[in-house]
Amino acid sequence: MKDILTTISQGKRIDDDDFLYLAEHADLHQLGFLANTIRRRKHPGAAVTYVIDRNINYTDVCISGCTFCAFYKKPEEGGGHLLSFDELEAKIVETKALGGTQVLLQGGLHPDLGIGYYEDLVRFIHDRDIHVHGFSPPEIHHFAAVSGISTAEVLDRLVQAGLGSIPGGGAEILSNRVRGLTSPNKCNADEWIKVMEEAHGKGLRTTATMMFGHVEKFSERLEHLRRLRCLQDKTGGFTAFICWPFQPDNTRLGLDRTNARTGGHEYLKMLALSRIYLDNFDNIQASWVTQGPKIAQVSLFFGANDFGSTMIEENVVAAAGVSFKLQEKEIRRLVEDAGFEPRQRRMDYTLV
Amino acid sequence: MKKYIEEAGFGHILEKVNAGQRLSRADGLQLYNSHDVLSLGYMANIVRNRINGDNTYFIYNQHVNYSNICTNLCKFCAFGKEKGAEQAYEMSVEDVKEKVRRRLDEPITEIHMVGGIHPDLPFQYYVDILRGIKEVRPEVHIQAFTCVEIAHFAELAGKPVEATLETLKDAGLGSIPGGGAEVFSPRIRQITCEKKLPGAEWLEISKIAHQYGLHTNATMLYGHIESYDERLEHLDALRNAQDETNGFLAFIPLAFHPKNTGMSEISSTTGVDDLKNMAVARLMLDNFPHIKAYWIMLGQKLAQVALSFGADDMDGTVKEEVITHMAGAETEQTVGSHTLIRLIREAGRTPFERDTLYNIIQRP
Repeated sequence: MKDILTTISQGKRIDDDDFLYLAEHADLHQLGFLANTIRRRKHPGAAVTYVIDRNINYTDVCISGCTFCAFYKKPEEGGGHLLSFDELEAKIVETKALGGTQVLLQGGLHPDLGIGYYEDLVRFIHDRDIHVHGFSPPEIHHFAAVSGISTAEVLDRLVQAGLGSIPGGGAEILSNRVRGLTSPNKCNADEWIKVMEEAHGKGLRTTATMMFGHVEKFSERLEHLRRLRCLQDKTGGFTAFICWPFQPDNTRLGLDRTNARTGGHEYLKMLALSRIYLDNFDNIQASWVTQGPKIAQVSLFFGANDFGSTMIEENVVAAAGVSFKLQEKEIRRLVEDAGFEPRQRRMDYTLV
Repeated sequence: MKKYIEEAGFGHILEKVNAGQRLSRADGLQLYNSHDVLSLGYMANIVRNRINGDNTYFIYNQHVNYSNICTNLCKFCAFGKEKGAEQAYEMSVEDVKEKVRRRLDEPITEIHMVGGIHPDLPFQYYVDILRGIKEVRPEVHIQAFTCVEIAHFAELAGKPVEATLETLKDAGLGSIPGGGAEVFSPRIRQITCEKKLPGAEWLEISKIAHQYGLHTNATMLYGHIESYDERLEHLDALRNAQDETNGFLAFIPLAFHPKNTGMSEISSTTGVDDLKNMAVARLMLDNFPHIKAYWIMLGQKLAQVALSFGADDMDGTVKEEVITHMAGAETEQTVGSHTLIRLIREAGRTPFERDTLYNIIQRP
């Protein structure tokens, strides 16, 4: 332990064995102190950032059928929804009225829509003068397959249409064993990394996420973080990392009682471990959407330096039985109450 | 860790904590004024581990609120209603018995029962509901009636507090919960609960109960208009009383819930405030055996994290919580013991099912 503490206090990188040792032997306080030391080193000022945006889910129709998801509708069962451009327009107007700077655009893997639809969608939003943070790697991968073109071409065409950056969703756990169990129809771990590498190569910034606390082994969480850290060494394209635990309500995976809801303790521990391991990531976001305002605020001392988004609208986590709502005013109060200064930012972490 | 805490300016407090010395109110104020929850939690955890090790307690209990009709109508309360008000209710002795009867198939060991200061129910009613519960469930421990209610009953009975407690004990009262303490400061009581029993009398009744062999708990309702100084005055008064009688079992910090109260313009407490308050309580109340993280008020996630910030008890299954939920609590109204056990284990602690007096019933 002493060696690991020295490594961290010297600002050096911990290796995989150190990570596993910390996970096994460090208590919540030690992890908090270590993560907070690193966070303070990277962000010596008092600012805690957040973004004003809205999640727009253009469709819930999805052929992926992931067992951890409560949001999707299978195409053949009907009842799925595809957002009209009129509805989209109204959502954008509302977002901008609330001081929003971007929309986070994500949807299911729709079987019948080709690249042309997504180009139109991005162009429509971009034309309304708001940043499009859209399409996780599984979607990019799917668009390529449906349209019979490469993921690189998909990215080029979407950028041409106005795509500004890519959210890090659909990563779950970047282990092919885990994905085989929970999301066999989704792009695998290598493909997820490949899309991100291509995107970074084209100058698109992206985030990275992790959804833990289901069927993965602890070593697979490490595998996930290792893949992210390696790619970040190569490209430097990730702006932030966000992790949260699996939310079991209304999901097939949640039917198995052993997959119970992860508590606040384990979340803070994983957040701190991520902050310690991902030394080449500038920003770590708190997940108030899954953890609620109290734990999210506390996470500012366990590695997080960003409060994420106001999420004027959120549907995916809400479908899994959790629906916290936080307005900008409340985010600012929580940040101030913890002794920090709230600052609105854009996707690329420049301040508004 | 030590270096971090020294750099945060808490070196002298850490020394006292490690030496088992009592913290001063000035120490307490320095802790409250800090945003450094990590240092506070680390030090509180030292005290927690010294007193309770990894042991973390929960209880299988049921709440019964016999009536919400109340003449005090404290500003911070969403539960109390005037007689005749639309939402006002009172249970008959038979209603109370029925409530207990309905859960006879569950392994409940404690009935937690409190109510408002009712304008015209006679003293005999309170004796009868205790007896009624014991008739239905003879082996159950009844923790009932805050010191505020006890003072009211003594008036009703026209007897001293000792004699009143004697009658209640004969009827089945096992111990007294910690409610009604709010914040002892006369300034705060003047503004928020003018008609309520003054803080000094609340403490006096607790001490009489202790001398009489009844254990009690203590609470503090924080996060409204009280200052840190007033919180410390409150903790100090409890610590002094405990030095005298040693009858308090647990301290339970209660986070103010503003919705539907006369103080609804105030914001809810934050996670940082909740954890700070938990840690300071554990550090100041060095003579209290237990600090409770009441999950109904904190939420399950934060209550679990509080186990590393001084708390060693998660309360219990709490069937049908009403008081906090009328003030907008978004937590569940009950929780299965398996969930509590899981939360405690996930936090790296050892769960124990306890009875009201902290005797261990089983290690699951």
